[in-house]
Amino acid sequence: MSLELLRRKAVQDDAVAQYERMIEIREFEGQINALFAAGSIRGTTHLCLGQEALAVGLASVLRPTDIVSATYRGHGIALALGLSPEAVLGEIMGKANGCCGGVGGSMHLSNMALGLLPTSAIIGGGMPIAAGAALSFQTKGTDDVAVAVFGDGATNIGAFHETLNLAAIWNLPVVFICDNNIYAEYSRITVTTPIEDLHLRADSYGMPHFSLDGMDIGLVQKGIAEAVNRARGGGGPTLIEAKTYRFSGHSRADLALYRPEGELDSWQKRDPIKVTEEALVAGGRLNPQKIDEIKSQMKKIIEEVVAVCQAAPEPDLASMFKNIFTPKDDLAS
Amino acid sequence: MIDLYSSWGYYNIVSIGIAILVLWKLRKNLTELGVSTMEKAVPMRFRQAVVQALADEMRSDSSVILLGEDVAEAEGVFKTSEGLLTEFGPLRVRDTPISEMGFTGAAVGAAIMGMKPVVEIMFMEFLGVALDQLVTEAAKMRYLSNGKLSVPMVVRASVGSGLGFGCQHSQTLENWVAATPGLKVVCPSDAQAAYSLTRSAIQDSDPVMILEPRILYAERGDVDASLRIPIGKARVLRQGKDITVVSLGQMVKVCHAAIEKSGLDVELIDLATIVPWDRESVIASVAKTGRLVVVEEAPESGGWGSEIIASTTSTLFAQLKGAPFRITTPDVPVPYSGVLEARFIPTADDIARQLNEAMKSGTTPKSWWELEGLQ
Repeated sequence: MSLELLRRKAVQDDAVAQYERMIEIREFEGQINALFAAGSIRGTTHLCLGQEALAVGLASVLRPTDIVSATYRGHGIALALGLSPEAVLGEIMGKANGCCGGVGGSMHLSNMALGLLPTSAIIGGGMPIAAGAALSFQTKGTDDVAVAVFGDGATNIGAFHETLNLAAIWNLPVVFICDNNIYAEYSRITVTTPIEDLHLRADSYGMPHFSLDGMDIGLVQKGIAEAVNRARGGGGPTLIEAKTYRFSGHSRADLALYRPEGELDSWQKRDPIKVTEEALVAGGRLNPQKIDEIKSQMKKIIEEVVAVCQAAPEPDLASMFKNIFTPKDDLAS
Repeated sequence: MIDLYSSWGYYNIVSIGIAILVLWKLRKNLTELGVSTMEKAVPMRFRQAVVQALADEMRSDSSVILLGEDVAEAEGVFKTSEGLLTEFGPLRVRDTPISEMGFTGAAVGAAIMGMKPVVEIMFMEFLGVALDQLVTEAAKMRYLSNGKLSVPMVVRASVGSGLGFGCQHSQTLENWVAATPGLKVVCPSDAQAAYSLTRSAIQDSDPVMILEPRILYAERGDVDASLRIPIGKARVLRQGKDITVVSLGQMVKVCHAAIEKSGLDVELIDLATIVPWDRESVIASVAKTGRLVVVEEAPESGGWGSEIIASTTSTLFAQLKGAPFRITTPDVPVPYSGVLEARFIPTADDIARQLNEAMKSGTTPKSWWELEGLQ
């Protein structure tokens, strides 16, 4: 089994491993901030600080043969599904060791062995593609499931409505997960959307729907498992709204000054890492000493990955001419 | 009885053998050039050639599916999926809601997972709302997966003017899709090309856009099902030494008529594939004739012919006998009135006039709207 599939298996099997992965993501995103500030990352990047429970909860419920389409805010989901921190950071730094050889960047992470389609930088862009993957499962008669993860802003774009409608009329094995972190880029949902409970939109498509607390990994797993099992069993699509909060701004340039005072603090009281720690301590799986060990271990691992990626080679010029058409038609071949 | 060992019999047998070999070789060459030997040719309409190609691919590959508005029960508004629902069933021939973005995107996902979806866009203009999925998702998947993913999907759209559909249902819009690395674009000009290019497109492992000139759907032509036209290969439809005319789609037929009227010895090339276009064939032809005219059914500004002219001119500059030029539509929306639309599209008379002027004077002829002081 590949290292990446072993990483996937770990979060499928064990609650402490899930917690460790959440810490890994938190450390990873923290380092991205530092690397950006140091000029080691160009362009832009979108952090998922505060949304680790959704990423890891999703990965723990799915099989590697299930398909996930996710967004440019995808570092956490990629790591949760099993991509190595090196493959993700290498890509974010545009290095040859990245999962896309450095031609993709922060917004385009993928690994089909783990079921992750290239994450899309277009709002709603991955939604019809997930429905199409589900259509292929249905046509071929397999029991795999496709999952589309998208933000609250996507529920106002045509792709959301067209895809929900298609999935509903064709009864496709697809689960739609709206990661409602309250802000679409710089705009609060109340400014852009007439309702705040976005899962209600599924009513228009006759589709089952519910919301869940995206800060609690146990509730995330329970909700997603319910929808995935329905899809696997031929029961069709579901719209899930995970109520979350991003602890950082939309992207690198955004300091999130538009947030009302105290809002971040109140959400941080329910930091998904804290919620998970409390549950694991109460269940006797972790203690404060073990927690410190995990945190310092993850910090060390990510620091090592940063060093590896900083030393990794730049892509060669030929790499930008590859993978445009099927190899026989590529200019470089 | 023929004495095989007599010199008469021997030479006859040998020459018959050679003749057969030559004919076989010639046929093979012609077939590779996209010229039918008409051995097994069957007459049919352009739209029937599309149906035939879809059906043949669906029979030979169970992963081929068809998605589009009114493609199943209604068998396509232009009857380009006649009989397919009956033969292949509703899982493989699906009517979609009017949501091009949704079902084009679904085709991207299905193609990634191993299906070979064919999407029908009823009128090319309707691709506007789905362009994101084709240009920004499908055409980028191989690149953004480090070569791990293929998107073997086909998008077919009816294009072009001449039927009085007005300016929102009559454009060709090649340039919407011609400048996207990762996306191939073809445009058949007759029933044979419709059949062969559709099959090549479905067999291709990359996304391919087929622009089907709507006005040709009812045209009849002979189709040899064994004839392959590879993507990226132009068809030299007429040999000549005076001028090379490169054209596409419904203009090919008009060019045939124009060449007859001109009395010139024109080499006519049906480009057939816009991306990746057949540089080799065009350059070889212009190297021979020294003159190049591109005839396009598209507004003058930003048309695909500009690329052909620029590339050929910079390659063959010293060998050219005159400046290459384009014959296009004016930079106006497609007018509705029959009188106006007939002038909007390049006519055989006007193409013949421009070819003759170019031959005689060596200068670039004016467009008809310049001559009439209209633009």
